[in-house]
Amino acid sequence: MDTFEDWALSLAVFLPLVGMVGVLLTPKRAELAQKSIALGSAVLTLIVGVVIVTRFDWSNSATQLGVSKQWIPLINARYDIGVDGIGLPLLLLSMFTTVLVIIYSWDHFPEPHNPKGFLALMLLLAVGMNGTFVSQDLILFFIFFEIVLLPMFFMIGVWGGPNRKYASLKFFLFTLFGSALMLLGFLALFFLSDANTFSITGLTAMAQDGTLNIDKTTALWIFGGLFLGFAIKVPMFPFHTWLPDAHTEAPTQGSVLLAAILLKLGTYGFVKIAMPILPEASQTWAPYIGGLAVIGIIYGSLCCLAQTDVKRLIAFSSVAHMGFVMLGISTRTEFGMNAALFGMVAHGLITGMLFFCAGSIQHRFDTREISRLGGLLTTTPRLGWILGFSAMASLGLPGLAGFWGEFPAVLSAFNPAEGQSVELFRVYMVIAAIGTVLAAGYLLWMFQRVAFGEVKEEFKDKHIHDVHMTEWLAWTPILALIVVLGVYPDILFRYFAAPVSALFGA
Amino acid sequence: MVLAIADKAPLIDWHALAPEITLACVAILVLVFDLFLKKSSSWRTSKFAAIGILAALIPVITLAIDGTNRSLFGGAYVVDNFALAFKAFFIIGAYLVVLIGADYIREGDYFQSEFWFLLLVSVLGMSAISSSRDLISIFVALETVTIPTFVMAGWARRNLKSNEAAMKYYLIGVMSSAVMLYGMSFIAGMSGSTLLSDIEQYFSQNDVPALASVAIILTIIGFAFKISAVPFHQWAPDTYEGAPTPVTAFLSVLSKAAGFVGLIILLQFGFLPDSDIWSVVVYAMVVASLVVGNFTALKQTNIVRMLSYSSIAQGGFILLPLTFLGTETLLPRASALESTIIYLSIYLLANIGAFACVIAISKRTRSGDISSYAGLGKRDPFLAICLSIFLFSLAGIPPFAGWFAKFVMFRSALDVGTAPAVILAVIAGVASVVAFVYYANVVKRMWLEEPAAQEEIAEKAASEGGLLIKSRTDVTVAPAVKLAIVLCAIATVVLGVLPGIIAKVGELVTSVS
Repeated sequence: MDTFEDWALSLAVFLPLVGMVGVLLTPKRAELAQKSIALGSAVLTLIVGVVIVTRFDWSNSATQLGVSKQWIPLINARYDIGVDGIGLPLLLLSMFTTVLVIIYSWDHFPEPHNPKGFLALMLLLAVGMNGTFVSQDLILFFIFFEIVLLPMFFMIGVWGGPNRKYASLKFFLFTLFGSALMLLGFLALFFLSDANTFSITGLTAMAQDGTLNIDKTTALWIFGGLFLGFAIKVPMFPFHTWLPDAHTEAPTQGSVLLAAILLKLGTYGFVKIAMPILPEASQTWAPYIGGLAVIGIIYGSLCCLAQTDVKRLIAFSSVAHMGFVMLGISTRTEFGMNAALFGMVAHGLITGMLFFCAGSIQHRFDTREISRLGGLLTTTPRLGWILGFSAMASLGLPGLAGFWGEFPAVLSAFNPAEGQSVELFRVYMVIAAIGTVLAAGYLLWMFQRVAFGEVKEEFKDKHIHDVHMTEWLAWTPILALIVVLGVYPDILFRYFAAPVSALFGA
Repeated sequence: MVLAIADKAPLIDWHALAPEITLACVAILVLVFDLFLKKSSSWRTSKFAAIGILAALIPVITLAIDGTNRSLFGGAYVVDNFALAFKAFFIIGAYLVVLIGADYIREGDYFQSEFWFLLLVSVLGMSAISSSRDLISIFVALETVTIPTFVMAGWARRNLKSNEAAMKYYLIGVMSSAVMLYGMSFIAGMSGSTLLSDIEQYFSQNDVPALASVAIILTIIGFAFKISAVPFHQWAPDTYEGAPTPVTAFLSVLSKAAGFVGLIILLQFGFLPDSDIWSVVVYAMVVASLVVGNFTALKQTNIVRMLSYSSIAQGGFILLPLTFLGTETLLPRASALESTIIYLSIYLLANIGAFACVIAISKRTRSGDISSYAGLGKRDPFLAICLSIFLFSLAGIPPFAGWFAKFVMFRSALDVGTAPAVILAVIAGVASVVAFVYYANVVKRMWLEEPAAQEEIAEKAASEGGLLIKSRTDVTVAPAVKLAIVLCAIATVVLGVLPGIIAKVGELVTSVS
């Protein structure tokens, strides 16, 4: 029992690494072996995750299953891992998505085939993602945050679309720029305050009882560094320009992981690091963050209306949706934070699903041009309905998961935290509400053009497969979760409740 | 009478000098050994040199175990943790250079034993400079490091570029030595001693004449040439490109590091009280090196040239913590020294590894053009993976060791915490993102691009049994080069995940000084 608790999170982080080594050691031609090893290690990781959930006490706000070992004594960095109610759902989402993406990959390897490299990168990506959500030390967090970049860079660059070289480098450079400043922020936090620790929980506690002793202007600058690091990852307007390119060029699996997990690293950083450790600076920054968030909502939505490529449209819809999440965070209220956290998970599931659909459409029709598609409900009715379902979920239809992220986030802006301008946030609320209408507009319009109407001439005589086995296996769990979370959102909210109220010193 | 003689003969601590004595003996033995070898087997001298260099590591280890600080020649020559760490650094680096160079020197039309002799003499100088605490011994050691390298840079006799490289390097080298010596002569004249401890004492007085600033700055400029800090860097890219690649690796890592060590010793043990004068100069050189080195590297099409500009930029990073040596409190000073040592070690691994890969690859393609790296990931995954590791490490991407090097460097700046220090850290942060572009460009070529068509044709011809042209893909990587690559790659990954190991060395070094 005890030994499991000591090892559970390390297993969750490093099992995929073992899988990666396994995949790399198999001969190049043994594809089945590679796939089985990759899937096996991912499933094992998920099982560890499920066991962690059973051992997890959601009514407790503290980090649990923590391990803290010396790592680099010179700089006071520790191998300090643990998970709380905020990180756990995201950790599970990451494990869960990895399994599904590997299942989907089974017979959908993008060109140039090479499953060995592709699966190895995917598992390395899982190491980085899982590690980020369990790190309780800023330096460890930084390392995992950066590890994510390498596999995604190669996934986009090698297996991506025609413009992949540009997109992969752009993705890497944007994030690297942000994380360089973020690292400086971490270091400044260490040296320019009385902290003398990189422990996230330690720093949060010090910030709450006011022993951090940080100069006000310095804190604003440090927050600026962290803001850039996280905002680029989210991505917030105007740092979002890497996202449409990266998403459009990435292979389906890459897009799904990007949307479902990677973007969450940014918002997670805001919730877990920037806001709690620098509460006063975040109060000053909040109106600007909220402003950029609503600009992102409207801008993203308008861009969606202008897109002719299904995948690019979904990518821009991510900008809009992450805008809602950031709006919730910027209110600095328990209500808004809960909404934002729910929105993160919901967006991960729904947009991930939409990207799966876009990938399958491309696979079948060899195009993602909306104008060339049409009549999806006639050619492949099941795929068409799944796309429709995901689009409904994405626009925030009550009863599906998307609703619980979007609606409360908008509502939370009605009553922002003390010290914020109520009028300003109410204006934000109205703008965000207009954004929800736009979301319905671009999603329904996209669905109408793709799914309804006559089948286009060029696809009329072609025999096109509807959803097949691996797709069903990969998708059913997501679709089910979207419904379950929509009908009974409390299974998620209960995890957030305790740590979120602890964030606000309750 | 007897007493008087005993008084005059200096007591020599032979143990303390053992590393240098070993290196000197090996250097001479290499030449003697060659006399008894046939010309066709004089490549064996490289093995002898490699073993000899490793042998010099033994006294370093015994001295480290012994642990007492030894001071010789009236304090002009010191063996402490600081000196030993750098001796070990130079010896290990030289061993790696011998590994990557052995095959290269053997296959080209080169003199062999003489090459290893010169290399060993240069390493002897490096080992000596780590211990020098006196203007004269620093100068002599530094010249022992550089003079052999003038000859080594022109080792490809029939190659015009190599001749040009040697010529430029020689002229600049001599000039910089003259500038340095000029500065040193003022300092010796003013303080009345060449011993750094005396000089430090002299400078800590209040009424230091204004000429002292000139003298200090001249001395630093002399070193700036050796470490190719901007704006004294112009010679470096031409020399690095023209010299035989193993020599380039030697120059850009080891002989450059020797310059850094000399500078650290001067600043730390001699000029520290006058830090307000030189820290501005160093600050300016750091900023210039970061900006010019990185932005010029972006434009390069030749990999060696790219690496040489990148090494100018890396030099800026290495120099960065030295800006803060003069900070009053002890902690930033220690962290500045630590950072330099850690950075140099990690840089050594990544850069020598990268040069080893370049040597192995250009042996096949006969080209140093970055475009010839297209599709290497398919042709030779081993080399491509290793080179990617080294380049990512140079760029400072976790989980490779380079991140820690960059990290400690940022740390030393933020530890000081003043506005100029923070600004410098931000500039360095942005510079490291720019640097990523040109490192990634090579990685991109290797993995994201298809191999060049010509290459494919040659490969195809070979696979179909075409006997007319022997395909260059048949050329195997020499085992010694492979060994060097594997050693560097493993160390780079291990130190990236567990940087505590190298941090410990850094701590040890600064605990004494």
